[in-house]
Amino acid sequence: MKTIYLDNNATTQVDPAVFDAIKPYFTELYGNPSSMHRFGGQVGVEIKKARAAVASLLNCLPEEILFTSCGSESDNTAIRSALTAFPEKRHIITTAVEHPAVLSFCKFLEKKDGYEVTYLGTDEHGRLDMEEYKAAIRPDTAIVSIMWANNETGNIYPIKEMAQIAKDHDVLFHTDAVQAVGKVPIDLKDVPVDMLALSGHKLHAPKGVGALYVRKRTPFRPFLIGGHQEGSRRAGTENTTGIIALGTACELAQKNMNEENTRVRALRDKLENGLLSAVPNSILNGDKENRLPNTANISFGYVEGEAILLMIDQVGIAASSGSACTSGSLEPSHVLRAMDVPFTFAHGSIRFSLSRFNTEEEIDFVLETLPPIIKNLRKLSPFSPEKQGLGL
Amino acid sequence: MWEYTDKVKDHFLNPRNVGILEDADGVGEVGSLACGDALTLYIKVHDNIITDAKFQTFGCASAIASSSALTELLIGKPVEEAEKLTNKDIAEYLGGLPREKMHCSVMGQEALEQAFKNMRGEAPPQAEHSHEGELICECFGIFDEEILRAIKENNLQTVEDITNFTKAGGGCGKCIEDLEKLLAQAKGESVCETPSSEPAFPAQGMTNIQRMHLIESVIDNDVRPPLQADGGDIKLVDIDGNEVVVQFLGMCSGCPSSQATLHNLVATKLNEKVDPDLIVREV
Ligand code: FES
Repeated sequence: MKTIYLDNNATTQVDPAVFDAIKPYFTELYGNPSSMHRFGGQVGVEIKKARAAVASLLNCLPEEILFTSCGSESDNTAIRSALTAFPEKRHIITTAVEHPAVLSFCKFLEKKDGYEVTYLGTDEHGRLDMEEYKAAIRPDTAIVSIMWANNETGNIYPIKEMAQIAKDHDVLFHTDAVQAVGKVPIDLKDVPVDMLALSGHKLHAPKGVGALYVRKRTPFRPFLIGGHQEGSRRAGTENTTGIIALGTACELAQKNMNEENTRVRALRDKLENGLLSAVPNSILNGDKENRLPNTANISFGYVEGEAILLMIDQVGIAASSGSACTSGSLEPSHVLRAMDVPFTFAHGSIRFSLSRFNTEEEIDFVLETLPPIIKNLRKLSPFSPEKQGLGL
Repeated sequence: MWEYTDKVKDHFLNPRNVGILEDADGVGEVGSLACGDALTLYIKVHDNIITDAKFQTFGCASAIASSSALTELLIGKPVEEAEKLTNKDIAEYLGGLPREKMHCSVMGQEALEQAFKNMRGEAPPQAEHSHEGELICECFGIFDEEILRAIKENNLQTVEDITNFTKAGGGCGKCIEDLEKLLAQAKGESVCETPSSEPAFPAQGMTNIQRMHLIESVIDNDVRPPLQADGGDIKLVDIDGNEVVVQFLGMCSGCPSSQATLHNLVATKLNEKVDPDLIVREV
C-alpha cells in the first residue's frame, strides 16, 4: 500500500537530490573539516557553501548562521544566550502556543530558575493580541520568543511588527521559524529579529541538523563550549553530511518557494474545502488568512482524533492528531485549548500538512475515503449533534 | 504508533455489538465529550443470563476495542459472574492494553456497574456523582475512592500508573501531590494532612478542563437532584468560553417555568460555585 504522507509539519522526506549530494561525504569524503590537511579541507569548503546557501534563503550574512543539531537546540541556545548575557533581567515573553522546544524550556526556567514568563494568549483563531504584547514588555524583559508560524494550525504571526516593537524597547527578539523556513519567504534584512531557529528535517534535509541565525552584534553566549568550531559559538565536530544536506535543501527550497505558495496551496485548499463541505460538523482551526500554504487543521465534531488517525492509517493516509490520546497526555492540544476550541471539537482534530511531493491524485483519494470513515465512527458514538440538540 | 495487540486492532476495526438496545434492562453511561471518552452500555437479561449487550463509544481505538470486548465477555454470562468482571478481564481478553490506555478498560468496568445499578433501579443510566469521598483530580472529575480502588485492584505502584488507569493527574498535574498521598495511604504509610484554603471563586486560576469538570460536578450535585425529584432532568451539552449550554429533559423539557429554573437554579448555582461570569443557555 502506498503511503499518502500528509504529515510534513512533523517531518519531511529527504529530497532525492539532497540525498545524492551528501552520499560521497559518508564514504569517500569523510574528512574532519577542522583538520589541516587537504582531505579535511575540501569538506570545510562544502560547509562554507552550505552556510552561504542557508544565508541566501534567509537573506542574511553567512557568518550570521550557526549550525546546530536541531530546532530545539537552536531555540534553547537563543533563549539561554539572552538570559546569560543579561543576568539582571529576569523576565521572558513568549506565547501559549509555542512548540515544546520553547514552551517547555520556558516552563522549566520559570520553575527551576525563578524566571518570570508571560505567555501571550490567543483569540479563537489563534491570533495574538498586539496590545497585550506591548503591555507585557518590561524593563527587565531579557528576551521575547515568538514563533514565525504555528506547527499545528499553520498560523503566521506578525513577526516583523513584533520584532520592531521589541527593538524599540531594546529587548532581544528570537523567533522559532522551524515551520516557516522554506515554505514562505523570509527576508532578514527586512525583519529585525535578533535570532531565528530553523530545522533541517522540516524542509527535506535529514533529521539531526538545524541552524540558528544570530544577527551581527547581538550579544551571544555559547551553549556548547569546547573546540573552535562555528567561530567558537558552538563547539563539537560538525555534522558534515547534515550540514551539506541542509545547504542543498535550502537551495532547493529557494527554487521551489513559488511552487509551495501556489501549487501546494491550491492542493491544500482543495483538501480543506472538500473535507469541510463533505463532512457535516467539521470546522477549520486557525487563521484562514495568515497561514502557511501547506497546513490545514480540521476538527471533526463528535469523534476522537486517534480513532480517525488509525482508521485513515488503514488506507495508507498519514496525518497527525491534536488529540491528547496520541501524545501520552490526556488534555487536548495546548494550541487548540489556548484557542478555546470547544471540547466537542477539540478531541477530534486532525492536522494535514502537505509538501511539494504531494499530488492531486492523493488529495482526491483522501477526499473519497475520509468522509465515510468519519461517518462510520460517528455511528459508533453515543454523541451526535442531533442527540445534543444543537441542530448544527 | 500501533502499539496495540492484533486483538485490539481487530476489535477497533471491526467492533462487535455496536448500537442501541431499545428494550435494554440496564443502561450504564460513563464519561463525557469533554473528557475525550464516553461509553454507553446496554444489557438485556433473561433468566439471570445476559442475553444481549450493545454499546456506543466515543473515544480512541482502545476505548472502542475495550467496549467491544466487554460486550463479547458479557453475552451468555450469568449475572453473578458478569458482576465480577473487572477491567483486568477486559484487558486480558484483548491480549493486553498499553499501560497508558488502561483507563479505557476501567471505563468499561464502570459502565457495567452502572448498567447493573440501573437494572435494579438504583441509578439513572448516567452515573451520578453522589460521592462520599473527596474530589482529587479536578481535570477529570475523579474522586479518592475510585483512585484507591484502582490502586488496590491493580496493585498500582506509581503516580504514573494511577494516571494510566484512572486519568487522574493527566491534565494540569495539580493533583499529583494528592495522588502521592493516596498511594502512600494505600500502602499503609502515614501522611500528614495539610489544610487547604478554598479560593472565593474556585474557577479563577483553573485550567479550562478543570473549570469544565467543576461545572459538571455542580450540575450533577446541585442542579440535577432537585429537578429529578420533580420528574425532570438536565444535561450538560457543551461549554464554549463563558457560555454553558444545557438541555432540559423529562418533565423539565417544555415546562412553562423552565426559563425561571434556568436562571434561578442553574445559572445561580453555577455563578455562585464556579464563576460569576458564566452565562447559561438552553438548547
Ligand atoms: S487536577 Fe488532576 S490533572 Fe488537573
